[in-house]
Amino acid sequence: MDILAKYDSLAERREIMLQAGDNPFGLRMEKVLSPTDALVNGKRTLLVGTNNYLGLTFDPDCIAAGIKALQEQGTGTTGSRIANGSYALHEELEEALGRYLKRDHTIVWPTGYQANLGVIAGLAGPGDTILLDADSHSSIYDGCRLSGATLIRFRHNDPEDLDKRLARLRRQKEAGSPDAQGAVLVIVEGIYSMLGDIAPLEAFVEVKDRHGAFLLVDEAHSLGVMGETGRGVAEAQGVEAQVDFIAGTFSKSLGAIGGFGASNHPYFERLRYCSRPYMFTASASPASIATVTAAVKRIEEEPGLIRKLWQNAEALHGGLSEKGFEIASPVSPVVAVRLPDEKTAVAFWNALLQAGIYVNLAVPPGTPNNICLMRCSVSAAHTLEQIERVVQTFVDVREALKAGAAAGN
Amino acid sequence: MSDSQTGSGEQPIYEQVYELLQHYNREGRELRPETDLNAELNIDSVAAMDLIMEIEDKYDIDIPINLVADLRTVQDLVTTVRKQQGAA
Repeated sequence: MDILAKYDSLAERREIMLQAGDNPFGLRMEKVLSPTDALVNGKRTLLVGTNNYLGLTFDPDCIAAGIKALQEQGTGTTGSRIANGSYALHEELEEALGRYLKRDHTIVWPTGYQANLGVIAGLAGPGDTILLDADSHSSIYDGCRLSGATLIRFRHNDPEDLDKRLARLRRQKEAGSPDAQGAVLVIVEGIYSMLGDIAPLEAFVEVKDRHGAFLLVDEAHSLGVMGETGRGVAEAQGVEAQVDFIAGTFSKSLGAIGGFGASNHPYFERLRYCSRPYMFTASASPASIATVTAAVKRIEEEPGLIRKLWQNAEALHGGLSEKGFEIASPVSPVVAVRLPDEKTAVAFWNALLQAGIYVNLAVPPGTPNNICLMRCSVSAAHTLEQIERVVQTFVDVREALKAGAAAGN
Repeated sequence: MSDSQTGSGEQPIYEQVYELLQHYNREGRELRPETDLNAELNIDSVAAMDLIMEIEDKYDIDIPINLVADLRTVQDLVTTVRKQQGAA
């Protein structure tokens, strides 16, 4: 048997998708022109699916910081921080992030994916139990598996279901079950990437405190987005002190690549010599690190970016709702439009691209409850005219597909 | 097959699990203890997660997802329910 034959059915599904037009899961952007525009198939295309929430990818300060680091400190670090040491740049970023997040300890990883792996597998181990939200990102699932802990899913955004499961676990512990004696870690996200729905953190912290569990919140899509100063959903809901650990990424609102974990736990720094995804990977390159430090400064200095982002989010959410589209969640910078099935979603995605709008096609198993989505992510860099164009193009595409279906195409 | 797998206490659980599985049994196959969840009922890893949650709700138990990869047949499911009921 061929070693890759196990993917035959997935490959067939992909082939069908490709026959309908461009590749939704591997689109080539010939040239990215700005935070909101790129050349795709030789055509200027409006980007509405890049998670570039604050539009900082072309920020002059961030670019200047990156160029300076590249010129002065070279292209790469060529090794891990435990083997080759840290650059002052890594530590400066950790200090800047810690100050911004008001956390005593911050650790940086080369990608957001690795940050979740490193934080989760660093915190929990065999004998511990992790309770994770059922709709968690794959990096959370993978980090959980790497940890060796017992893994229990609870219903998405459902503090009552978490409460029930923590109570069961406590009963097992009190009954002396050897599997229930370790530490308990609860993991949720701030904003969920596919539907853009927000965690009820206030209720979650009440539950986890009552049961003596630790809480990790992944603020990947909410850092720089939620809360008055952009510190995330925990800031927005006033529960930062009760959130034990946060994880996040630099590849969304901060416009770069990398990730972090942060905490006030006095022993958090132990992860630097106990967490394999931290120890056995090369550290992020100087230019990349320097742009993130500059981006953190930009968010601190210009809270107007967050307000602009929300204005745009409200405009897109409101505009599409008004035109009768079904949006998966209340307003957030992720505006996910629900479509009836995969065939319609693929056709819709291709038609939008041909009309010069790039969004994300999201289909099962990447989405919860088998739903199909045109997932838009809004940026502070979008103009209101661009948002209006997106809404109008959605309407036009819907009409065109309806006409095509009526004509039997 | 050990006694714990065939004990009379399991019969109602089998019936209840069969009932839960009907939703996934699109081809209307006859359900038996040895029915393969993936090969015969097309329950993939994602659908298995949903099924597990339904079973957890029904029996007021937790089934750690570390165990899911080992749940191949209906009998494996029932055995796990019994084991987790003991743990709860």
